[in-house]
Parts: sequence; C-alpha cells; structure tokens
Amino acid sequence: MLQTAARKGKRPTGKASAGKSKKVAHERYVEAFRWMLLARILEDKLASLYRGGMITGGVYLGRGQEAVSAACGMFLQKGDVFAPLIRDQAGRSAFGEPLLDVVRTYLGSRQGPMRGRDGNIHRGRPRENQLAMISHLGAMIPVITGKLLAKRMKGEKNFVGLTTIGEGGMQTGATHEGLNIAAVEQVPLVVVVTNNHFAYSTPNEREFACAHLVDRAKGYGYEGHTVDGTDLNACLEVIETAVKRARAGRPPQLVVATTLRLAGHGEHDDASYVPPEMKNEPFAQDPVPRTEKFILEQNLLDAAAITKMRAEIAKEVDEAVATAQQEDAPAGNEEDWSALSTRDLKDEFP
Amino acid sequence: MSVTYLEAIREAQTKLLRDDERVFIYGQDIGGKFGGAFKATKGLAEKFPGRVLNTPISEDAMVGTAIGAALEGMRPIVEMQFADFSSVALNQILNNAGTHYYRTNVPVPITVRLPSGGTKGSGPFHSQSMEGLYSHYPGLIVVTPATVEDAYTMLIDAVAIDDPVIYCEHKYLYYHLKADALPKDKLPIGKARIVRPGRDLTIVSYSAMVHEALAVANELSKEGFEVEVVDLRTVKPLDTGTVLASVARTGRLLCVGEAFPWGGVTAEVVSRVTTEGFHLLDAAPARVNAKDTPIPYHPNLWSAHRPNAKTITAKARQVLAE
Repeated sequence: MLQTAARKGKRPTGKASAGKSKKVAHERYVEAFRWMLLARILEDKLASLYRGGMITGGVYLGRGQEAVSAACGMFLQKGDVFAPLIRDQAGRSAFGEPLLDVVRTYLGSRQGPMRGRDGNIHRGRPRENQLAMISHLGAMIPVITGKLLAKRMKGEKNFVGLTTIGEGGMQTGATHEGLNIAAVEQVPLVVVVTNNHFAYSTPNEREFACAHLVDRAKGYGYEGHTVDGTDLNACLEVIETAVKRARAGRPPQLVVATTLRLAGHGEHDDASYVPPEMKNEPFAQDPVPRTEKFILEQNLLDAAAITKMRAEIAKEVDEAVATAQQEDAPAGNEEDWSALSTRDLKDEFP
Repeated sequence: MSVTYLEAIREAQTKLLRDDERVFIYGQDIGGKFGGAFKATKGLAEKFPGRVLNTPISEDAMVGTAIGAALEGMRPIVEMQFADFSSVALNQILNNAGTHYYRTNVPVPITVRLPSGGTKGSGPFHSQSMEGLYSHYPGLIVVTPATVEDAYTMLIDAVAIDDPVIYCEHKYLYYHLKADALPKDKLPIGKARIVRPGRDLTIVSYSAMVHEALAVANELSKEGFEVEVVDLRTVKPLDTGTVLASVARTGRLLCVGEAFPWGGVTAEVVSRVTTEGFHLLDAAPARVNAKDTPIPYHPNLWSAHRPNAKTITAKARQVLAE
C-alpha cells in the first residue's frame, strides 16, 4: 500500500523488508503486538479508573490506532525525536516512555514528569527527546523541526524526528506553517497522519475537501505514503520505509493512515454520532484482534503465549497504578509557583 | 563616532553570534545581503554563514522552530518583522514557550525581538505596542529598552537568560537615538532606572515614551516643578520597589505608555502603587495612553492618537494641581 507522490529526484530505494530474514520480521511483528497490547490493556485500565472517579480531567484513548502508533515508536533510535499526540500510547511506550510516567500523570502524582501541573496526554520528557504536546493542534510540528534543525547545526548525524497528528489537526494554520517550514529546512522528519474519520464529532466531509490528505504531500514537497492503519504489517513496512528515507536525507515524509476511532474523543464522549454502518467498513477493524489472529494463524506465538503476555502486561499495569496511587498529590501550599527558571526575575504579586 | 539604537541592536547580535555558537537568528528577510526590513541584521548573514536564516512568512512556525532549537540547547533570536505580526505567533509564544518550564521543568531560552511602537504613516498593522499583552501571560520576561545603551546590554542579557524573553525595540528610536559609544556598564534586566531626579511628581514610563516624559519634565521645570522620570526598562518583572521609592519622594504619580488604554503596563503600575503605597500618594494617580481605537495612518491622527508632550503635560499639570 505504499504510494509515493510523484517527485523529481532519486527513485525510492528497494522494498522495506527486502533482504530481511523472516525471523527478524516475525520478531518485530510480535514486538509491535506487545506494544499494541500494552497500550490497549493500559488504556482499558485508565478508562476504568476514570469511570470509577479516580482520574480528574480527561482520558483520551488510542483505541483503533494501536498498529500505526506502535509502528511510529518502533523505528526511532537513541538520539531520535518523537513528538506524539493524543492517541499514541503504543508509540510512546515503544519509544521508551515508562509506564509510571503515564499513570503518575493521569493520577496526578507529584512524582510524575508533570508533577500535577499538566495532565493526561500532555506529558513528555523533552530532555529525553519525547516532546510534551500542547493542546493546540499543529503546534508541535515546528517544535520538532527546531529540534532537528538544531541537531544539524550541532553537527549530529543520522538522526530523525517523527511526529503524529490526526486528520482534524491537519486543518489548522499551525500545521500548514509547520509542514512548510520543515520542508523549507529539509529536516529529517516523518509526519504520520491518522485519519480516524472524526475530529471530535465532526466527520471528514466537514474537515477537508481534497480527494485524499496524502495529495498534500506533493504540495508541501514531502514524499507521501498511504497505509491501512488496521494492518500492522503494512504500518510497519510503510513507516519503516518513511523513517529510513528521512534518515537517509530524502525530503520530509508524510504518511497517511486510515482507521476508525474506536472510542469517543475522550472517555466523556459516547461517540453516538458515528454512523453504525461505518463500523462495518474495512478501516473500522480493530487492529488488536486482527494482529492477534494473524499471529496465531502464522504460528508466531501460540494462544498460551499470548495469554501469558496479557497477564504479564496486566501485572505491570496494575503495579504501576498501585505505585502511583500510593504517591502524594501535589499541594497548593507547597507548590513552587514560578513559571520562570530564573528565580530572581520572578514578578512579585503581594 | 556615535552609535544609533538600531546599530546597538546589530552590534549586540554581532557580539552574541561571535561569542556564543549556540546563537542563531531566525526571521523574515534577514538573510543574504538584505539584512532585515530595518537592517538590524545587515551584514550578519555574510559574517556568520548558516546562522542568520531567512524564514517563510510563518510567524507561528518561526517561534515554534526556535522553541525546538532552544530545547536542543541553542539560543535562538527570532526577529519579527513588526511586533504587530507576532499576534500570528501568540500560540507558540504564550502556550508553548510560556508554559513549558512550569509544565516540564525544562526552560525555553528564546529571545523574540519585536520592532514595536508607532512611526508616522505606519497605520494599524505596523505600529503596535504589545508588551502589556505578553506581560499578562505567565512564563515570559518582557523588556522595553529606551536607550542605546539598554538596547545593547539588554539584548545580550536577554539571550543569556534561560527563559523566554520578549524584547520590545522601538522603531521610532532606531535612527533618532544616538549615543557616543557602546556601553561598558549595565543595569541588569528587572531593574528600573531613575533617569531624571525630582521632588514634585513621578512620571513612570518605558520605551520611546521615556523621551516624551523627559521633554515634559524639562518643560515643567521652567515653571518650577521638578519631575522625577522613572524608566521601567523591564515591564515584566516590574521593579515596583524603585517606583514606590520614587512616589515616596514625590507623592504624585503619572504613568505614560504608548499602548492601548485598557489594562496594560500603566494600569499595572497604578494598581501596584495604590495597593502597596496608597499612603504615599498626595493626589490621585493618573495615566496617559494611546486612544482606544486602532492606530490611525494619517500623521495628524496618529500624533493625536498616541501620548505626546502636550497631552502628557496637560495630565501632569492636573496631577500637580490636585
């Protein structure tokens, strides 16, 4: 399902998995499945904590996007930069985000990376190259561009950045400016767009009017790819190719994956606006059971091994939640109320 | 030999690029031989290849890119072509740069240069003073140099600060203001300066309006009034201590700013003096600001829209007479 937008220059080089041994491909597939399963089990837990009133604020799930998200995290190496968005638990985990970061942020522990100052999916570790998103869509595209530009200025080599967005976020002015400036700077960037068919409740026909979002790749000077976001094999192949191309110095890469959001915008939303017939579309397949079925069919793992994997993940998740639940919440009277690191320039309001 | 305010900005950037390899400048029309709309970077792209970079007309992405570079250890300076256009970048400045340290514990050392304030014939979209707006949001330091010396030292200091700094340079002062040489000493960011001592009235001002305030002080001195003029230099954080000490000496306060009248720097100064130094006041404090309309194009309208020596003098007399 690889489509490369017509562009002058070198021909695309080879197929993604050409020459790769079957064993490596299988191991990679199973590894990706584990990240998907981790995301699913963790997010189910978060949803249940939310319903039980244990989480303040929103809970935003990546249900339905686990295959594409896992692939986003899997091809990034040390020194690469990841700017995930709202539905990227699988990719965040594959990139190395500790489970405790997730549950501490959702549960408001003062020991989390955001220390109660920001919640849910806004968490990040900028010093470890996982950027902390803001809610304003498109805003992280120039930020990751700046990270990559600076790495080049510092003389670093062989690095790449990957950021994700939805078809909703593709319609902001910030996204336009960001996609363009990344191409002008020719930074090694992969932008993975997941069209999950709804921007909150707004369907595609009120979001954009072009035939396909990948057509924009040509307009911005990107190499474009499309992929079935419910097919893990395709996601791995296409995103690996895009990451390799960006790393090799080709223009920025735009991957458009197609899925259906199998949850509300957040857990507060019952998504009753999704037409029932849409749930029968091929893009509405749940990638987790689809991947599991493939693994069993191909004998990559047997059913007992998958059951064991589930149990291990559930234990890890439960332990992380139990740890975070025992930790103190932040307190207003102990908070360091400074938005500046330069303490002697803090304005005083008696 | 003399140095203009604009040359001081260029010299500061030259020094920064020369002394610190983390520094680069990012903005529209600043690369090549062109040197920016006001020539604040003239010659720098040739002298420092790859470090003075032209950008597309994308204010939001310019600041976003600078934030990313700062997170990677660089010290970017963003040149907005006009302060007015920084409204396109409000999201990156306020929501990304301004929140980042508090949210993540990782500061964002960017400096955003805003060519600010009115000049004759510039109209609604090339004349704005946005320091009040940026000061309202947490996480930003906002400086407004009024002198050649401050333009130089405060830009160098801004880049050294680990947090985002909004550097408001006044376009009217670019060519009008001259000093004999670049300064050897400096007053740090965050400290106000008493530029003229007096005992009868304190005029608090900043940026180009400091010079209007000084003209008013000279005029009133002919009538025997000694006006003390305070140049805030930094509007956030506000040096309330220096202002209160001045009001303690004079008992009267007039605040002058070029920005729009609702809220803003002058309102903040009056608020702080009345809440923290009410007992020091012998008369009600007053403010002179621009009018509450867009900034008009025609010189006749523009000169009546902004505070000027005449309107400031009239208000000063009222405060002195009370």
